[in-house]
Amino acid sequence: MNVRSQISMVFHLDKCIGCHTCSIACKNIWTDRRGTEYMWWNNVETKPGTGFPTDWEDQEKYRGGWECRNGDLELKSTGKARTIFNIYHNPSMPTLDDYYEPWTYDYQHLFNAPEGPDQPTARPISMVTGELIQIEAGPNWDDDLGGSPVYAQNDPNLKGLTPDQQQQLFAVERLVFFYFPRICNHCLNPACVAACPSGALYKRGEDGIVLVDQKRCRGWRACIAACPYKKMFYNWNTGKSEKCILCFPRVETGQAPACFHSCVGRIRYLGVLLYDASRIEELAKRPDEELVEAHRALILDPSDPEVIAAARASGMHDSVIETAQQSPVYRFVKEWKIALPPHIEYRTLPMLFYVPPMSPVMSNKTNGAIEHVSEELFHDIDDARVPMKFLANLFGAGHEAKVRYALRKQKAVRWYRRALTVGDVEMSVAQRMLTEADCSPEEADAIYRLTSLCTFDDRFVIPPSHREEAIQMMQDPLEHKQDTGFGFLSGPHRGM
Amino acid sequence: MTQAFRNADVLLFVVLPYLAMFTFFLGTIMRYFKAPFTYSSLSSQFLENQQHFWGLVPFHYGIITVLAGHVVAFLVPRGLLLWNSRPLRLYILETSALIFGLLTLAGLVGAILRRITVSKIREVTTTLDWHVFALLLIQVGSGIYVAVFHPWGSSWFAAAATPYLWSLVKFSPDLGYMAMMPFAVKLHIVMAYLLIGFSPFTRLVHILVVPNPYLWRKPQVVRWYGRAEAPVAERRA
Repeated sequence: MNVRSQISMVFHLDKCIGCHTCSIACKNIWTDRRGTEYMWWNNVETKPGTGFPTDWEDQEKYRGGWECRNGDLELKSTGKARTIFNIYHNPSMPTLDDYYEPWTYDYQHLFNAPEGPDQPTARPISMVTGELIQIEAGPNWDDDLGGSPVYAQNDPNLKGLTPDQQQQLFAVERLVFFYFPRICNHCLNPACVAACPSGALYKRGEDGIVLVDQKRCRGWRACIAACPYKKMFYNWNTGKSEKCILCFPRVETGQAPACFHSCVGRIRYLGVLLYDASRIEELAKRPDEELVEAHRALILDPSDPEVIAAARASGMHDSVIETAQQSPVYRFVKEWKIALPPHIEYRTLPMLFYVPPMSPVMSNKTNGAIEHVSEELFHDIDDARVPMKFLANLFGAGHEAKVRYALRKQKAVRWYRRALTVGDVEMSVAQRMLTEADCSPEEADAIYRLTSLCTFDDRFVIPPSHREEAIQMMQDPLEHKQDTGFGFLSGPHRGM
Repeated sequence: MTQAFRNADVLLFVVLPYLAMFTFFLGTIMRYFKAPFTYSSLSSQFLENQQHFWGLVPFHYGIITVLAGHVVAFLVPRGLLLWNSRPLRLYILETSALIFGLLTLAGLVGAILRRITVSKIREVTTTLDWHVFALLLIQVGSGIYVAVFHPWGSSWFAAAATPYLWSLVKFSPDLGYMAMMPFAVKLHIVMAYLLIGFSPFTRLVHILVVPNPYLWRKPQVVRWYGRAEAPVAERRA
């Protein structure tokens, strides 16, 4: 056993209101520099939809992630030889057009326009060239199903849905969608790290944050194609790749990352998970239907004396182990099993988990009226307007069992709370639902508390930073304020 | 007049190469340690994809092959002369070298046109880049001119230029046949020295950081701040 700690995340999709506050918080801190205007390390997508960059889930196009070939785990985009041959021109890399051309407006014209019969306007100008442009796409162009069905119908997750089910998603006045906020998953088996020809990408041993060494990145761009979540970005100005850094300067000083801190719906949870690094390769090779379970099996019980002993032996500080024992993420992922990894079939073992959305599911019944007491207590989960198959394509590698389990448990908790507080559900019915959903009343209470009444400290259990381990802290990041944002003293200029 | 020419030859073929090599080593090493952030391929594929393919791929494959040919002639001149002793083999070698040279030129022209025509690419092109393009264009152009009008380069390079280059390496410069070389050949050699001498200050340094450790390193990279090595348990496993 080789125990390592990983700062992990849970996003509770039921609580996401799609306000994009997280995206703005991140943008203002990290990506308002030249060359990064188009990047959204944090973005919020509408599902069904094609996302950002367009069609990022289409791995036939971008060839991201891993696949099993003859029993070996290999990058889908490249063998090593292919990386070298494609180094002059990467055939599966998204370009600026797949994201969008960032723009601002010619505001000066409002002041400088010569007097004339018409009101002057501020026309859009490209932030790359400074020329006037026609805006053709934006970072959330299909927000709230804007532009449907052009965008939404291209969602790769609709694969395997019957025409009826697809119809059901887009029926007029019964449209259904949910939000899907995304940041870097800080994977256990990151494809970006494995693909980097320069070895510039790395995972931090202490907390598992995946970073790009800006001094070693040579702009070979292999990571851009290799990351199946398209959370590697190419800074066209500096010629270097950049990515979400999980706000490590904040985390190291005990603060939540900016997107977590600013989240209006309080959907985000952050905590430590302990995992067994020696089993990563073995478990990442399991067949699709076993992957969710295999991923869970990697995560160790931080209260198990054997695990604690092994963690200490691998040099982990006691304070980190204690934090792991209080981790809200451990609760959601391992104890309650209601948080699931996105697209586990990419085999990167993402460490950001999602509680699948319930709300649109619940309001499906006749004429929008919720029928909450029925003989078949869970049957409307399978009849839902968001087809189970669609959620399974996102969170279960196409297999419904784990998603159904998570939704049933969530529903049982709701009914149980309704029986307790509103009283329009009979307690006996609620109890039966709990039993059938594999949930005890105590667990239901705990889920309810951590979902609805969670305070800042409940949501973010950040391991204390140890000065002796956190080199960034000793170097004082504030000293480099307004510099590159990556902790060294030279401006991010292109070339010499 | 001959004396003046001789002085110019010494300046261009003895002083310049040493100056160029000195600048090259000092410049690249200092830049690597003082400004590592500036080492990058500075790829612009992200901004424009189509012309990039038709320009950059032929250029790189062309120039790498041609450069490799020069290196072979420098390292194994005897072997090359032996190979060229049969006319058919000579023709095959010269023709393929010319083809790769033309491939390089076509790619280079494509890359330059792309820089001129695509406004997004112009945005990431510096004055220095234009100088590099000019140097490369003269270099590749003169190389092809020499290949066509002064045959058979692969043989006379091995017989005449290689001894001269080795005399430089051994620090006992001997101009030998160099003084008698036609203008185009001299231009080609001088431009090569200029390219080498200027390269530390340009984007050409990306040649020096080709990803060699990639082929044999493990897929995953983990860095620990507290310790240089991975923990004991991991090393044992």
